[in-house]
Amino acid sequence: MTPVREACEVLGYRRAGAYHALTLVAPGIAEAARPGQFVELLAGEDRSFLLRRPFSIHRVERAGAALGAVEVVFDVVGPGTRALALLRPHDLVDALGPLGRPFTPPPAPVRCLLVGGGYGTAALFFLAEELRARRCRVDFAVGAATAGRLFDAMGAKRLGHTLTVTTDDGSAGQRGLVTDPLPALLARLGTGQVYACGPMPMLAAVSQVAAEHGVPCQVAVEELMACGTGVCFSCVVPVTDPEAPDAPARMARSCLEGPVFDGTAVAWAELVAP
Amino acid sequence: MTVDLTVDLCGVRLRSPVLAASGCFGFGRELAGWLDLAQVGAVVTKSVSLEPRRGRPTPRMAETPSGMLNAIGLQNPGVEAFCATDLPFLAGAGASVVASLVGRSAAEFGRLAARLAGEDAVHLLELNLSCPNVEHRGEVFAADPATAAEVVRTVKAAAGQPVLAKLTADVTDLVAVARAVVDAGADGLTLINTLLGMAVDVRRRRPRLAAVTGGLSGPAIRPVAVRCVWQVATALPGVPIVGTGGVATAEDAAELLLVGATAVAVGTASFVNPRAVVEVTTGLERYLIAQGVGSVAELPALFKAER
Repeated sequence: MTPVREACEVLGYRRAGAYHALTLVAPGIAEAARPGQFVELLAGEDRSFLLRRPFSIHRVERAGAALGAVEVVFDVVGPGTRALALLRPHDLVDALGPLGRPFTPPPAPVRCLLVGGGYGTAALFFLAEELRARRCRVDFAVGAATAGRLFDAMGAKRLGHTLTVTTDDGSAGQRGLVTDPLPALLARLGTGQVYACGPMPMLAAVSQVAAEHGVPCQVAVEELMACGTGVCFSCVVPVTDPEAPDAPARMARSCLEGPVFDGTAVAWAELVAP
Repeated sequence: MTVDLTVDLCGVRLRSPVLAASGCFGFGRELAGWLDLAQVGAVVTKSVSLEPRRGRPTPRMAETPSGMLNAIGLQNPGVEAFCATDLPFLAGAGASVVASLVGRSAAEFGRLAARLAGEDAVHLLELNLSCPNVEHRGEVFAADPATAAEVVRTVKAAAGQPVLAKLTADVTDLVAVARAVVDAGADGLTLINTLLGMAVDVRRRRPRLAAVTGGLSGPAIRPVAVRCVWQVATALPGVPIVGTGGVATAEDAAELLLVGATAVAVGTASFVNPRAVVEVTTGLERYLIAQGVGSVAELPALFKAER
């Protein structure tokens, strides 16, 4: 599917806890988007920060009575995201998308555990809707540093059959990391497929726990990216070839071969300090 | 009014003077869904080495005001994979191809040139003598006139295509390096590569790039590129120059063409707009019409050096 470039009108802006959510009129992107894919956004007149910003797609409204739209969720971390957080309805955003390789649904309906860290949870809502449409039972495990940094736990509760919450400081749910309850959850729920989105150390830990339990796991990585189209080679992730597990890891562009990878394919040891 | 955008670059006829710069356009295939590669003046490929290179660890990129630092580390699949998969694709798409070469010694550059000498799909060679993202400063061949000249001489003895030497502005006397490589047989020059830079994450008190330093590109470096093209074109009239550095619009391209470039290459702008190369090309056509200039090749002669 060839991505498109669209001049998108902002349909809505809302605060989502500690995060920001922007809905864009993007009929071409909305039509083609699949869960796990992302868009590259450029907004405002100030070109002193010249690069686009990549965001996972949180939700999609397919064209119906109105034009198709996509929603993204982000944290303000610098001048680029600050400019996006200042956008209001009718402002214009230049968008490329949908980009990247999406999550692959299970071949037959199985119980799926969706593990989200911080605003990484946002990308899993779109996936949860698709999985439910495919008659998969969806469970959520979401974590963050504090209660305020969780993304829409109520939304996850609505979409999921069960919801497990953890925070580093214990201000909501269980105190600890989102990976702490995973072994018990996988055993109790009879999970057949794990999907995860969040910080790299979390993805490494989720992949390891899933592998130990023999459950397939797909992760959506977040790596610094300049282009999103495969030409800058910034967003690489070391991956091993399943045919040659002992060969040195190959640097795969997460914008083309990812952002969704098989958890067992990523050479986590190269990315995350033990 | 119709304008003539074709240029002669070192004896090779190109349909437009707007090239896709090395390292910013992959191997052409990545952006083939966004534009017609046959409309690109030429695709300058990502630099190719004898053996595959894995590149640097991440983070490889840091955005800076009006620019960005990169430390990719010359990741590429190696010349054999390039010949087996990338060249046939580019030829099939009707692209003019400038193969960018990188080696760790003059001998390696020579072997690369010899390997590509019989490849009809390659129209020119560009020697990346100036990538700042190498393990040793000694691999920045363009830092020294004699070292740069030795690489060019070795390549010219083996090459089947005209040779562009890509130089760096990170030297005290760029004209001396340019003169040395032209005397050694370079058919043309590409000016400039990224400038060596560094950025610090002050909150975490460490470099923003895993490789510590990286190459600065984007509009931030355009005035340096314009100065370098003007300096070298003035000192070495008649030597074809591909001007590159922060070109994002037709006006940016015109700046470099006016001060003496034969062609320009669009780099970082392709990261933001995958169609940047063709949009700069059509914009340049409009600029020539507005200026009443019939051919892009006339631009350098129309430049008034006195303010």
